[in-house]
Amino acid sequence: MTNDDPVVDDGLQTVRLSVNGTRRTVAVPAHRTLLDGLREEVGLPGTKSCCAEGECGACTVLLDGKAVNSCLVLCVEAEGHEVTTVEGLSADGLTDLQEEFLNAGAVQCGFCIPGQVVSAEYLLRTNPSPDEAEIREALSGNLCRCAGYQRIVRAVQATAVRRGAAQ
Amino acid sequence: MTTAPERAIAQRDALGEPADLYPGGQVGRPVLRYGGGDRTSGAQQFVADLRFPGALQVALVTVPVGCADVLGIDTAAARAVPGVVDVVTAAELPSPVPRFGVSHTDRPVLADGRVNYHGEPVAAVVAETLDAAQAAARAVVVDYRELPGVYSLDAALAPGAHLVQDPSIRPEHALIDTNVLEDAHYAWGDIEAEEARADVVVENTYTFPMVTHFPIEPGGTVAVPTDSGGLDVYSPVQHPYLLQRTISSVFGLPLNQVRVFAPDPGGGFGGKQNPKLEPLIAFLALRTRRVCRIVLSLEETFQSMRRAGCRMRARTGFTSDGELTFHRVEADFQIGAYADVAPRVMGKGSYVAAGPYRIPGVRIDARAVMTNTTPSTAFRGFGSPQVSWAMESQLDAGARELGLDGLEIRRRNLVAQGEAFVRGESAAHADGDWHQSLEKAAELIGWGTPLPPNRGRGIAVGIKPGATSGLSQSLVRLLCDGSAIVYAGTSDMGQGARTLWQQIVADELGAELDRVTVVSGDTGTVPFDLQTSASRSTVFMGSAVLEACHDVRRRVLELYAESTGVPAEQLDVRPGLLITPDGELSLPEAARQALGSLRGEFIGQGTRRLRGKGAHPLGGDAAFYEFNATAIEVEVDRETGELLLTRHVTVSDVGTELNPLQVVSQDEGAAIMGLGHSQMEQLLLDDHGRIRNLGALDYRIPTFKDVPLELVSEAVENHDGPGPYGSKGISEGALLCTAGALGAAVADATGVVIRDLPLTPERVWTALQGADS
Repeated sequence: MTNDDPVVDDGLQTVRLSVNGTRRTVAVPAHRTLLDGLREEVGLPGTKSCCAEGECGACTVLLDGKAVNSCLVLCVEAEGHEVTTVEGLSADGLTDLQEEFLNAGAVQCGFCIPGQVVSAEYLLRTNPSPDEAEIREALSGNLCRCAGYQRIVRAVQATAVRRGAAQ
Repeated sequence: MTTAPERAIAQRDALGEPADLYPGGQVGRPVLRYGGGDRTSGAQQFVADLRFPGALQVALVTVPVGCADVLGIDTAAARAVPGVVDVVTAAELPSPVPRFGVSHTDRPVLADGRVNYHGEPVAAVVAETLDAAQAAARAVVVDYRELPGVYSLDAALAPGAHLVQDPSIRPEHALIDTNVLEDAHYAWGDIEAEEARADVVVENTYTFPMVTHFPIEPGGTVAVPTDSGGLDVYSPVQHPYLLQRTISSVFGLPLNQVRVFAPDPGGGFGGKQNPKLEPLIAFLALRTRRVCRIVLSLEETFQSMRRAGCRMRARTGFTSDGELTFHRVEADFQIGAYADVAPRVMGKGSYVAAGPYRIPGVRIDARAVMTNTTPSTAFRGFGSPQVSWAMESQLDAGARELGLDGLEIRRRNLVAQGEAFVRGESAAHADGDWHQSLEKAAELIGWGTPLPPNRGRGIAVGIKPGATSGLSQSLVRLLCDGSAIVYAGTSDMGQGARTLWQQIVADELGAELDRVTVVSGDTGTVPFDLQTSASRSTVFMGSAVLEACHDVRRRVLELYAESTGVPAEQLDVRPGLLITPDGELSLPEAARQALGSLRGEFIGQGTRRLRGKGAHPLGGDAAFYEFNATAIEVEVDRETGELLLTRHVTVSDVGTELNPLQVVSQDEGAAIMGLGHSQMEQLLLDDHGRIRNLGALDYRIPTFKDVPLELVSEAVENHDGPGPYGSKGISEGALLCTAGALGAAVADATGVVIRDLPLTPERVWTALQGADS
C-alpha cells in the first residue's frame, strides 16, 4: 500500500507515574499512548478504546485530577503525573455516581460507560451542582450509541442531589 | 421525579391488571440490568480486554481505492521486519480462495486478485507485536490497477457498467449481466383502476443515505488453535452459532471442533451479526499454530458494516376524503460489494413499503443493487426506515394537497387490529391496536395546539416485520439449594436479554433474582440459538426459557411424587410453587425435598421453533410486528438551517413490558439513532470509492448536545404478543419513522419539503433559500 520504510522502534522509554494511587514504572516506546499503556502495560482494561483520535471519550481518565482523552496523551507525557482510571474510581465498590447510572437505566452495552463515569465524576468534582446544560456541555465529548443520553443526565443530577444531601 | 417505568407500574397497578401476568413480581418490574455493575465499574470484559499471553497480532493490508485488480504483492520487506511471523496473501490460501456468506457464498477470506471495496484486505501480517505487525503492513507493496468501479446507484445501473460480482458466483441467475443482485415484487389490487379513481395523486423521489453502525466498541477477533486440530474463536458476534457453522464449513471442521466464545458486543445494531474477518483470523491461527488476534480500529469498522442507502420513486393516490387508493413504489437499495444479508434487507424492507395502511392497489418493485462499497448488512430497522421515509412523506404530501393534517390522514388510513395491510397470497394483518399508539403520540406532542413562528410538528408511524422463522433452545438448571442457572445463547449487546431471563426464571421457579445466573456466549456449553436479531429474542428465547422452566417444574413434581409417595395426580405446579394436598410449597423447598440426601439438580429444556412457509416471499409470516408512532416538534433557524428539536415523542406497541426500564431505554436509544440518519449521518464517497468521512472526526452521530430538549417514550400494552406473558420484540420501533416525523415537522415549520436525508443545516438552509427566492 505504501513504500514507507518499515520502522520498529526498539528504544523503550522508562516512565514513572502514579496510577490509581500506586506508583508504576513502565517501559514503552515513545509513541505509546497513555490509553494503550494503561490497557496493555499497566493491565487496566477498564479504559476503552474506540476512535483513537479524541472524539468519542471512551478513553477518558483523570490526569492530575483533570479529565483527558487518554488516546491523545503519550505515556511519556504522563511521567511524574497522577492518573486515575475507572478502576481507581470504583476501587471500593461502585460509587454513588455509578449506582445512579444503573438506577437511571443509563447503562446498555456499557462500552462507553467507563468514560462517561470518569467525565461525569470530573464534572461533579469541579461543579457539585451542575444544571442540565452544564452536564450536557461537560459530557458532550462522550459518545453513546445505545441510549438517548438523558438517562446519563439524570444519573448525574441524582448524584449531585445525593452528594449535596450528604454534606 | 418519577421515571417512566415507575409511571408504567403505577398505571398497571391502577388498571388492576391480572396478577398471573407477573407471577412472582419480577416480570414487569424495572429490574436493574443483569451484569450492570461490571459494565459501570469497567470490569466487564469485551473482546479487546481478554488477555492471551503470547498471542500474535494481526494487521491488514489494503489498497487506497474501491475497485482494483491486484497485479502482485511484494511481501519481502514486510517479512524482514523483526517480529513478523507470517505475511499471508490469497496465494497462501487454498485455491480457489474459500468464500462464505449468508445469502450468497460470495465473500472471499482475502481478496482474490480483485479488490471490490475500499478497505477489503488483500494481505494480512502476523507478528509478535502490534507495532511490528503495523510496520510490516505498511511495508507490503501491492501492485494494483484501479478499475472503473461503481460507487453510486446511477453508476451501477448504467448500461455497460462495471460488474461488481464475479459472474461465477451465480451462474444461472437471470440478472447475471447486471449489478442487480436480487429483486422483489409485491402487488395487489387493480392498480390502474385505483389510480383512475384517485382525486389526488402525488409523485416524488426520496433518498435515504448510507450510514454506518458506529458501535462504540469497534470489535475484533481472536482465534486459538486447539490441540485436537480445532479452533476456539472469540468474537463479539450477535450470531455465535452462525459463526461456528461458517468456520466449520470454510475449514472442513466438524461443529464440535469449533467453539465460539462471544464476549458481549459493545453495541451491535445488526453490524455484528454476520461473519466478516473471523475466517481470515481463523486461517492465520491454523496456519501459524499460534493464537492470532486482531482488534479493529473504528475506521476498519466503518469499512466492514453499513446500512444500505436507498432511492425510492413513489406515486400515491388519494380520494378527496383522504383515503389511499393506490401506492406505487420503486425502491433501489444501494448494497455493497458482497451480498451479506442485503438481499433480505431489500426483500423484507420493501414488503412493508406501503406501510401499515389500508390501500386497495399496491405495486412495489425493489432491487438490491451492488456497488463497490462496504458490504451493507443488517442495521436496526432492516430496510424499514428507508421505505418508511418515502411512504410517510407521501402521506403528508397527500395531506397537504387535501388540506388535512398528518394525524387525520393517518387516522383515516391506518389499519384496524386484524385488518390486512399487505394483501394477496402473502398477506399480513395488524397484530395490535395500532391506533392507540398513534393517538397517544398525538396527545403527548400536543397535536393541534398553537405554535410560535418557525416551529412545526410532524407525526409518522412505522412497522417492521419480526422474525419469520427461527429456533431458540435453552436449558435451565434448578440446583439443590433453589438457585438456578439459565443457558441461553442470546448475545447481550445492550438490549438486556439476560435481565429478562433472570426475571422469568425467578418468577417461574420461585428464586430470588440474585440466585439466578445466566450463561451465554459459548457454543461449547450453551444450546443452539439461531440469532440475536430482529428484536426476536424476547419472543423466541424468552419462550424457550419459559418452557424450560415449565419442564423443570414438571420434573420437580414427578420426583416429589416419587420421593414422598404422594400421588402425582394430587400434585400441581404454579409459578414458583408446588401445590400438595397439604398446601403450597415453594418450588425450591419442593425441589430440596424431592432431591433428598443425594442432592443433584433438575434440568429443564425449552425450545421455541417457528417453521417458515416455503411459498412466502419472506420465508414465513412474521412472528409479530413492531409498530411505532413518533411525533416531533421542531424549531427551524432560518438563518442557519439548524433544527432544534423541542419535543420528540415515541410510542411503541410492545404487547407486555417485561422490564419497563429496559423497554424505555431501548426505545429512547432507537429514537436518537433514528435522529442520526434523519439529521446528520451519511457516508460520503470520493471518486475512487473511498469513504471521505472515515472516522469519528468527520462522521457525526448524535451527542449530548444534539438530542431533543424533551424526549418522551411511552408504550402501549395490550398483552397481545406471541412472547412470554404477551410480549413482543421492541428494540427497533422508535427509529422506523423518525425521518418521516422530522421531515413533516420541518415542512410544517417552514412550508419547505425536503425529500433527501439527512436534513443537515446545509440542506435545510439551501432549501429555504430556494423557497424564499
